[in-house]
Amino acid sequence: MCTSIVEIAPVEGQGRTPRGWIDLTTAVVSFDHPHHAPYEEAICIDFINANLDAGARVAVEIPLESARAFASALNRAIAEADELAIECAALPPAEKTLKVAVG
Amino acid sequence: MQYESMLAETVRFPGDKGDYISAYVARPTGPGPFPGVVLIHHLPGWDEWYREATRKFAHHGYFAVSHNLYERVGDGSPDDVAAKVRAQGGVPDAQVVADTEGAVQWLRAQPQFNGKVGVIGSCSGGRHAFLYACQTKSIDALVELWGGRVVMKPDELNPKQPVAPIDYTKDLSCPILGLFGADDKNPPPDQVALHEAELKKHGKDYEFHMYEGAGHGFFYYDRPMYRQEQAVDGWKKTFAFFEKHLKA
Repeated sequence: MCTSIVEIAPVEGQGRTPRGWIDLTTAVVSFDHPHHAPYEEAICIDFINANLDAGARVAVEIPLESARAFASALNRAIAEADELAIECAALPPAEKTLKVAVG
Repeated sequence: MQYESMLAETVRFPGDKGDYISAYVARPTGPGPFPGVVLIHHLPGWDEWYREATRKFAHHGYFAVSHNLYERVGDGSPDDVAAKVRAQGGVPDAQVVADTEGAVQWLRAQPQFNGKVGVIGSCSGGRHAFLYACQTKSIDALVELWGGRVVMKPDELNPKQPVAPIDYTKDLSCPILGLFGADDKNPPPDQVALHEAELKKHGKDYEFHMYEGAGHGFFYYDRPMYRQEQAVDGWKKTFAFFEKHLKA
């Protein structure tokens, strides 16, 4: 299959490549021929820095079932993080002046 | 026993807009003249399989050229380079057509070339090969291996792929051999049937084969989709077709 199913999202953060950590600009999610994983088709996820050379990439190739499990885990973690962020926002603001007890 | 040898190397020549692109070329040594074959690589990139296929054609007596459609994103492993191209939304059809014309013109300038040239491509390369063959008068035979998205719905068109290749069928300038897998989901058999019907409608010289028990990419011996029996027969048909149109 030659699907041309490609979804592209801007991202920030960093990713670990074989040559070290790089800044990320883009996440690319596709469903097509994997290069290495032994499936006819796979969900291929690339985190890349579009401003660097082609090797600036963190890649995975996983079957659909794994992708669903991963997406569920990701969504659960994001939902919990969102909830925590709401709770954190509800806390009273921290003291702006650091108080240090002196002897 | 007759001495055999071949030359395989990379060369550079102008492609679309005069941009220099790389190509892997292979031919038997000796004066020739040899018929030419231009190989248009697939979506996964200008990779080892395409180099092997290039040498396979040289082994069978052809001057073979496989050009790098992804040259403009830079060097790297084929999968990294293909990922970078994917992140850019692929390569424009017009650029691929012009790069391929560059490969054919480079071939025409070689003293060992016999003046006849065939084009072959698989997957997206099959689609590009058909597209190119409909927009040039400079080739003698076309082999399309499971070209996906030859048939496109209007909402699938985009600035890089503005016209469905099937809409150019009337302009096809050479005989075509098409090999497809009955289990392929893209192109599915119903789209292959539309492709064939359009060729028939315009009175083109075509030969289509649909392999049972095979899906997409059944020539790729290093992938799970490989189908030995169908692949061996497919190669046999490919060489018979090029023999007829390029060596006669």
